[in-house]
Amino acid sequence: MAAVVQDQVELAPRRSIFARPTATHGVWSWVTTVDHKRIGILYGVSSIFFFLVGGSEALLIRLQLARPNGTVVSAEQYNTLFTMHGLTMIFLVVMPLSAAFFNYMGPLMIGARDVAFPRLNAFSYWAFLFGGLFLYSSFLLGGAPAGGWFGYAPLSEQPASHMQFYALGLLMLGIASTVSAVNLAVTVINMRAPGMSLFRMPVFVWMTLVVQFLLIFALPVLTVGLFELFFDIRFGTNFFNFTKGADPVLWQHLFWLFGHPEVYILILPAMGIVSEVLPVFARKPLFGYPVVVFSGIAIGFMGWGVWAHHMFAAGLGPVANSAFALSTMFIAVPTGVKIFNWVATLWGGAIRFKTPLLFSLGFIAMFIIGGLSGVTHAVVPADYQQTDTYYIVAHFHYVLFGGSIFGLFSGIYYWWPKITGRVLSDSLGKLHFWLMLIGFNVTFGPFHILGLQGMPRRIYRYSPFAGWNFWNFVSTVGSFMIAVSILVFLYNVVRTQRRPKLAEADPWDARTLEWITTSPPPAHNFDEIPVVHSVDEFWHRKYAEDREGRLAPVIAGASDGPDSASGGEPHVRPGRPEAGGVVGLAGDVDGGGQEGRGDEYAEAEQGDGHGDGPGGQHGKGHKIHMPSPSYYPIVAALGLPILGYGVLYSWFLAADGVLILLAGLFGWANEPSAEPEPEHAPAGAE
Amino acid sequence: MWAFLASECLLFGALISTYLLYRGKTIPGTPTAKEIYDIPYTSVSSFVLLMSSLTMVLALASIQRGDQQKLRAWLMATALLGMTFISGQVYEFTTFVKEGLTLKTNLFGTTFFVLTGFHGVHVTVGILMLLSLVGMSLDGRLPVEKSEVVELVGLYWHFVDIVWIVIFTVVYLIPTGK
Repeated sequence: MAAVVQDQVELAPRRSIFARPTATHGVWSWVTTVDHKRIGILYGVSSIFFFLVGGSEALLIRLQLARPNGTVVSAEQYNTLFTMHGLTMIFLVVMPLSAAFFNYMGPLMIGARDVAFPRLNAFSYWAFLFGGLFLYSSFLLGGAPAGGWFGYAPLSEQPASHMQFYALGLLMLGIASTVSAVNLAVTVINMRAPGMSLFRMPVFVWMTLVVQFLLIFALPVLTVGLFELFFDIRFGTNFFNFTKGADPVLWQHLFWLFGHPEVYILILPAMGIVSEVLPVFARKPLFGYPVVVFSGIAIGFMGWGVWAHHMFAAGLGPVANSAFALSTMFIAVPTGVKIFNWVATLWGGAIRFKTPLLFSLGFIAMFIIGGLSGVTHAVVPADYQQTDTYYIVAHFHYVLFGGSIFGLFSGIYYWWPKITGRVLSDSLGKLHFWLMLIGFNVTFGPFHILGLQGMPRRIYRYSPFAGWNFWNFVSTVGSFMIAVSILVFLYNVVRTQRRPKLAEADPWDARTLEWITTSPPPAHNFDEIPVVHSVDEFWHRKYAEDREGRLAPVIAGASDGPDSASGGEPHVRPGRPEAGGVVGLAGDVDGGGQEGRGDEYAEAEQGDGHGDGPGGQHGKGHKIHMPSPSYYPIVAALGLPILGYGVLYSWFLAADGVLILLAGLFGWANEPSAEPEPEHAPAGAE
Repeated sequence: MWAFLASECLLFGALISTYLLYRGKTIPGTPTAKEIYDIPYTSVSSFVLLMSSLTMVLALASIQRGDQQKLRAWLMATALLGMTFISGQVYEFTTFVKEGLTLKTNLFGTTFFVLTGFHGVHVTVGILMLLSLVGMSLDGRLPVEKSEVVELVGLYWHFVDIVWIVIFTVVYLIPTGK
């Protein structure tokens, strides 16, 4: 034990019951990883999986509605389908897919080696996965939630709605997202590379930051609503019990106070991706970078002032309705600003029509349509006709699918080479894009018509005499086209993964820091943290403008400004012609190897065998300490579903869940974030 | 910690809003706030919690000076004061239940118990953190260089205390007239 002497406390040797995991390969290494890149991949794979599940739910819905008086599913099953489809797509697909990109690309784009709290990052992922599985386990435990994704109480308190799983599942997912939001916000604020001021960050990172703040502030409101709903169901409290004087509108306020910022949480990451992709494929900088950033921030702020536009028909009164109608119309402005800036980015650019660009263009087009229908909702009398009809369903699918999903696919195709070291087939990608674009419009375009013809939402069948038969059938055909496009995508993925890893560091001739390092990056991300001088730092290292303003490649060895003396630069490489190859950053020659080495002590061997440029003779054996893997995050996360089941079924089980959670947290708090090196290299900068 | 506390602000904000929305709407016939509160008792309890914030500050000052023994003493004092507060809450809750006010009784019971109950859970988690710090100090794992950990726990503790001040004012002190 340490001698306890004033001012001289010696750190006692650490005791732990279990040895720290050290695996770098295999399943166990994924279970215990704290590497943001692996966590990003885990999020991505899980969300694609849930996308297929949610998509299947959608196909069942469409099959049921293809014909009048459909008999594919019963009314109760249909309620479950649309509830789970919505929950899945929002919470288990779009949010985690965005998180996949925040996690993988965020630290790279700011020139950091990982996030601020790597184990917390792992915990977020496992809590998300267990929350999603918990939600889906309800199918086996008496029925999945069927009260709609926005669960209006007190109807959602009926036993037949099974909303206790909804409440608990979303609470778990909320914990995962809140914790992740704190982590990423701290990372972006504190861990940017030297010289990267806030206004030199990529737009994607800015949108990430805004989203994290939205999550921090919006999720607690949902949490309170869910607790109140759950307590009503499980403990008989009276939050929404109108017989005791409660007000059902309280649920709506609490939910939509969360729910509206939530939709900006869903769209801003995709907007960030589009803001990255367009400049690369137009070979022009983003038009109006500060304005695009400010618009994103404005959307984040203004998003708090519009929630009751989801409640125009709830009887709030004309004053409230008018106020929210105005604020809703105003919030269209910053979005419009972004669209104009994107168009201006493309204007006059040298456009390369590759798949990532196509999806970004699709985003812009589809989002404009969805945004326009949104503006029509802002007009309260018009909304009285539109609300709870398929017109609304059209709107949100255009912005969330045509918007978020298209934007996220743009990111998938854009960053695939960086993550996997392989480029997805462009021809298959284009096939995916066109099938998806056409299929999407054939599916959801008719919803505008059906809505205005009076077809209500959430009905499991409709009369053959309502006049809705034709467009419903067309829509179903479109939905299967979407399904085929997804199959094309999956085939592309499988086929590409069978190929060897040949992607260079910078296959797209891109602009931001993540393209400096190898594809995929080594565990420590960068051999040397880059020093940043401007927005699009990487681009300016590759290209300068000559006197006529034309782009000219920077010659290797050319001065890189005052910082090269400090040796903090990766090599300046020859500017790349369209077809030329690029010398990858020095560093691990096999940096493209198995998902980064996962070693705690990556050897950064600068200047090895690449022989270019100045600015890089560093001592060999320069060790970079990365955080060590840990199993406590997954242990702690495991406590949550156990607690959830316990609260539903057995207090002993609940106590176990709490104990597991606490044990995980205690173990985590008591282990250092990185284990010390067994022996220190004698020569080597520390 | 600040970012986490920001989200906690919204959490308690929503709970307090629910309480405020339903204040005075309880259907007559079941216990109401005015009848059942024992303001002097709860005032003592509040004072105890406020004092715990003072001891927390003293604990932080101790570790910043490198004084491990005082650190542990003040941390324990904070934890004990917190436990006193919780015991006071438990006693208050059981009294209310005996007097006929439960979670299910009426709007007041529901909103009161959930709001103060959430706060109590937060205090309890804080006590666990404080005791962990005492353990770490005993183990020699809390040197001056790691004083930030104590500062963070202190932030959390002060936050919980401030929330209580708001709750006490809004829930107990401001009369509802019914």
